[in-house]
Amino acid sequence: MHSPSATAPVTLLPPADHRPIHPVWIRVTHWINALAVLMLVTSGWRIYNASPFFPFQIPSGITLGGWLGGAIQWHFAAMWLLAANGLVYLALNMASGRLFHKFFPLSVSRIWRDAMAALKGNLSHSDPRHYNSVQRFAYLFVMLDIILLVLSGLVLWKSVQFPVLRELLGGYEFARRIHFVAMAALVAFVAVHLAMVALVPRTLFTMLSGKAGLKS
Amino acid sequence: MKILQRPPLQQVDSEAALIDARRLIVRKIEQPARRAFLTRSLTMGGLSMLTGCSISNNEGVEAALTAISRFNDKVQGLIFDPTQLAPTYPESMITRPFPFNAYYSEDEVREVDEESYRLEVTGMVADKRRWTLPELRAMEQHDQVTRHICVEGWSAIGKWGGVRFAELLSRVGADTSAKYVGFKCADDYYTSIDMPTALHPQTLLTLTYDGQPLPPKYGFPMKLRMPTKLGYKNPKHIKAIFVTNTNPGGYWEDQGYNWFGGS
Repeated sequence: MHSPSATAPVTLLPPADHRPIHPVWIRVTHWINALAVLMLVTSGWRIYNASPFFPFQIPSGITLGGWLGGAIQWHFAAMWLLAANGLVYLALNMASGRLFHKFFPLSVSRIWRDAMAALKGNLSHSDPRHYNSVQRFAYLFVMLDIILLVLSGLVLWKSVQFPVLRELLGGYEFARRIHFVAMAALVAFVAVHLAMVALVPRTLFTMLSGKAGLKS
Repeated sequence: MKILQRPPLQQVDSEAALIDARRLIVRKIEQPARRAFLTRSLTMGGLSMLTGCSISNNEGVEAALTAISRFNDKVQGLIFDPTQLAPTYPESMITRPFPFNAYYSEDEVREVDEESYRLEVTGMVADKRRWTLPELRAMEQHDQVTRHICVEGWSAIGKWGGVRFAELLSRVGADTSAKYVGFKCADDYYTSIDMPTALHPQTLLTLTYDGQPLPPKYGFPMKLRMPTKLGYKNPKHIKAIFVTNTNPGGYWEDQGYNWFGGS
């Protein structure tokens, strides 16, 4: 093997343009998470309908499971998918340093500035690798929201076996409300997320293919 | 608060699923481009294709969900801590009136005759004699105010009193290395529990509710009360108890509710 000459330095990394916008593990965990969330939310609505604590029910046509027992089977199957996939995502996100580089720094003033810029149509989407502060906030929010859903779900599933968690979340009945409100926040995130994808459709393709969105 | 009813087996959702599936297939044939399909899979059409399914629509899906439910039984058995007590509450927090709940409505509650009543205890036990109510009342009684959590999500606090189930199992010389305890009830309900839960100190074979003999609607002459399990695992009107190594299943469990049903 010849050694590199001073005039032609070898770059250890390939040019940045050839890296996928989202590494493959992001794309895989994103879609597994989307599937798990879809199953959990729609089966959860059916479970909620068995004993609603707000003065409304979810239309049964958009629920999953067919009856309460079926909905619970779906819910308690998809929970493993969500939890296992979520742990893989968080572990890789932290181990790769991506969590720190992509989502920080973050401040209220930056979120405000970017939100105002977005409303005025001045926010640049030229670099799909860069998350603006509103995106950073939204994605960090949904990570924490799903963690809260898992923790409150654990209290509903095993309220006797996890007493510390149960008391931290205000007891069984309060944990039910937390679980519901966190679900509503997740659904609101998904609605905004899908609206943004509709406005900037190439973000859908970069989440599907490692080749999408590259300049060369 | 709804009363538990038998699940409708063939019902509206399957038709909705068919309609949605047809609609989706038609769209796919008209526009087979992969990109278009993927885009549409994020729409309400894609959503309803999934949500229209009921578990009885697809045997493969049903088998997979049942297998995961069995896996969940095992996980719950591992999580279950025999020394972990469910929270107890002051009597001021008792839910009044305590909700009636069964697979039938309140006007169909069975009346069990006290005089002729005998509790049958069979299976892997040394002493298979039948028990009268006075004999059970003569044993040491324990009261506890605990939260009843229904599979539907609601919960209510009640006060039950009776015999520690572990004490009865000990009196009859039950083989506590057996896996299951099954229950047959006067209202044709049946269920079964794991031995560690049967031996839990808060598992009571209750004879009273709120200091009074159990009224028929709460399960006269006796109800097994386990604050570590969901409501459908707590049988009422018990007439027979048996210790076994063969899982006896249960009324709701055989229709798809999780067998362990712990909380």
